[in-house]
Amino acid sequence: MARVEFRRIEKRFGDVVVIQDMDLVINDGEFVALLGPSGCGKSTSLFMLAGIYMPSAGELRFDDSVVNEVEARDRNVGIVFQSYALYPHMTVQNNIMFPLRFKGVPREQALPKVREAAELVHVGELLDRRPAQLSGGQQQRVALARALIKEPQLLLLDEPLSNLDATLRLTMRTEIKALQERLGVTTILVTHDQLEATTMADRVICMRAGRIEQVGSPDDLYSRPASLFVASFIGSPPINLLTGQAQNGAIRVKELSLPCSGGVSGEVTVGLRPEHMHFGDTGIPGRIAQLEPMGREILYVIDTPVGHVRILEGGSVAAHRIGEAVHLAFEPDATLVFEADTEALLPNARVLLPNGGAAAA
Amino acid sequence: MGAISERFEAMPHRLASSKARQRVNMIVFLGPAILLTLAFFVLPVIVDVVISFTDMGRSLRINEFTFKQYEKVFVGDRRLASVITLTFVYAFLTLAIFNVTFGLILALLTTAIPKVSGGFFRGVWLLPRMSPSVLYILLWVWVIRPSDSGLLNQVLKQIFGVKEVVDLLTTAPLALIVVSNGFIGASMGMIIFTSAIRGIPEHLFHAARVDGAGSLSIVRHITLPALRWPISFITIYQTLSLLVSFEYILLLTKGGPFFDTTVLALYIYRRAFQSGQYAYGAALALFLIILGVVVAMLGWKFLDMKTLLQKPRIEVN
Ligand SMILES: Nc1ncnc2c1ncn2[C@@H]1O[C@H](COP(=O)(O)OP(=O)(O)O)[C@@H](O)[C@H]1O
Ligand SMILES: [Mg+2]
Repeated sequence: MARVEFRRIEKRFGDVVVIQDMDLVINDGEFVALLGPSGCGKSTSLFMLAGIYMPSAGELRFDDSVVNEVEARDRNVGIVFQSYALYPHMTVQNNIMFPLRFKGVPREQALPKVREAAELVHVGELLDRRPAQLSGGQQQRVALARALIKEPQLLLLDEPLSNLDATLRLTMRTEIKALQERLGVTTILVTHDQLEATTMADRVICMRAGRIEQVGSPDDLYSRPASLFVASFIGSPPINLLTGQAQNGAIRVKELSLPCSGGVSGEVTVGLRPEHMHFGDTGIPGRIAQLEPMGREILYVIDTPVGHVRILEGGSVAAHRIGEAVHLAFEPDATLVFEADTEALLPNARVLLPNGGAAAA
Repeated sequence: MGAISERFEAMPHRLASSKARQRVNMIVFLGPAILLTLAFFVLPVIVDVVISFTDMGRSLRINEFTFKQYEKVFVGDRRLASVITLTFVYAFLTLAIFNVTFGLILALLTTAIPKVSGGFFRGVWLLPRMSPSVLYILLWVWVIRPSDSGLLNQVLKQIFGVKEVVDLLTTAPLALIVVSNGFIGASMGMIIFTSAIRGIPEHLFHAARVDGAGSLSIVRHITLPALRWPISFITIYQTLSLLVSFEYILLLTKGGPFFDTTVLALYIYRRAFQSGQYAYGAALALFLIILGVVVAMLGWKFLDMKTLLQKPRIEVN
């Protein structure tokens, strides 16, 4: 097990800077998720930890030693690639046994370990098959067994669930989390799926274009996103964003005026999560444009003077019809206000309901 | 109604005309290829078979139809056994040292170094294949010339201080034909192996490195297994081309000294066109074709050509 530290890490490919100024500490035994859109440098960060890429600048530490120049094979990390990267000409057994070959473990000692690792991820009956004869989910389990068999000090998972179907993804999510808790190995999960990150990890590191945008618990990222980017990346359906001008305790968005606290001024963006909004007697006036039943909830798209606003209501039967005139209300405590040009959160600012429901000037 | 029944009646006629058109198309599109195949492949084989059952000699006159030539192939010609042995030794050495092994080493090395320099070295090794055979052999003749003006002798004399002039044509003729053919033959394997190595998903190499494999282990456990099919292909393909081609040998050693570098294909040429034993040459040529087919089939069976690397199921970048 290891504590991992990035100190001002930078990674360039030629002239292209892919990772900039990355500072991060991951504690021993922790399960963290690297979350961000495709191409933001998540895999690159992971590959630096694995020793596949070397950092261009900065210091990478495992516990107290700098590992910048340490070869991949001397780092004792286990990695599951997005494509699983199973050796196609080897049986499942030989795939899982492969890392032990280079640790000088004799075959008769390696075989029980292989069986144990295979049982752990439920592929015990598949040892004689080749990767081509396995389903995606089975390949993924084999890759996990291969990563775990050398008892790594660090387990790296690169989008391990992205090639699985929805049901299998749920199962594997639970299994991987349970496995990590049982083994206590420091684990870093790379994903572009916010739900995967927030459900599996103790801490989420949200990345954007090679930089860390925010580090925090899943709840931190959801309730107190540090920036507009995090707010719009986390949450489904996505947060409603209204950009307007703050002045004298009110934010003016087109012809709508929303009172606000926290002494804000200048151009701001208001974030209202669909699940924190409801229909009320007063509030933002609008007309229902569209409704999408989602099982336990219904997503309404409302046409308002400030554009389309999405709101999520409980219940499986729609209580409103398309075309109906409604008012949208929200809890001031759950509102978010961001400075428009820096995109940073204004932590003390709150938006209140427009009084009387009328668009007061 | 009228229109429909009218169309219905027209159907068989239209069908017939479309069939005719198909036939015309087939002749137009396949005709030239079929003609070429007949003229340059089927016809020569037939002519060869016919001549092999005659006593055609330098006069080109046929006096009788006979099995005499085949008697000669299987019992009469004492030299033939040593010619066939030489052919297989030559083919085996050229394949084992150059066409497969050296081609593989070139591919492994030039894919391990940066792309531009790798491409440059592959280009260098392709040069002999791109130059005319006569030019290529002229260079060899100059390199090995048994006098002070030959490159090899100059190097030996100036750098290693060797006094006597070395004549590879008489002292090591077999090595000479193996090396001169191998330098050209290696490039084919090099190209095929290079593209096969490029086709291996990069993550396999990454995974192997993280799993603890060093460079040599990666070659052994990841690269070579992925090259099984290309290696089999190159082995069979090059065996066949080594069996039937003789132009470099003819140009460099003329099959000599005496018959020391006369492989079967060259032996046929010498019998038929130098001694004028056309019928015997024809019988030998048929024998060579059968030999080639047998070798190809054995290779197919033992090298397990059908086994292919699993295609990756998903592309990930
Ligand atoms: N080997 C490489 N050479 C050049 N550019 C690369 C290389 N690997 C990744 N990149 C670039 O770095 C950026 C981040 O890539 P990556 O870490 O794979 O993103 P992610 O995993 O977050 O989707 C991308 O813009 C990608 O094009
Ligand atoms: Mg990636």
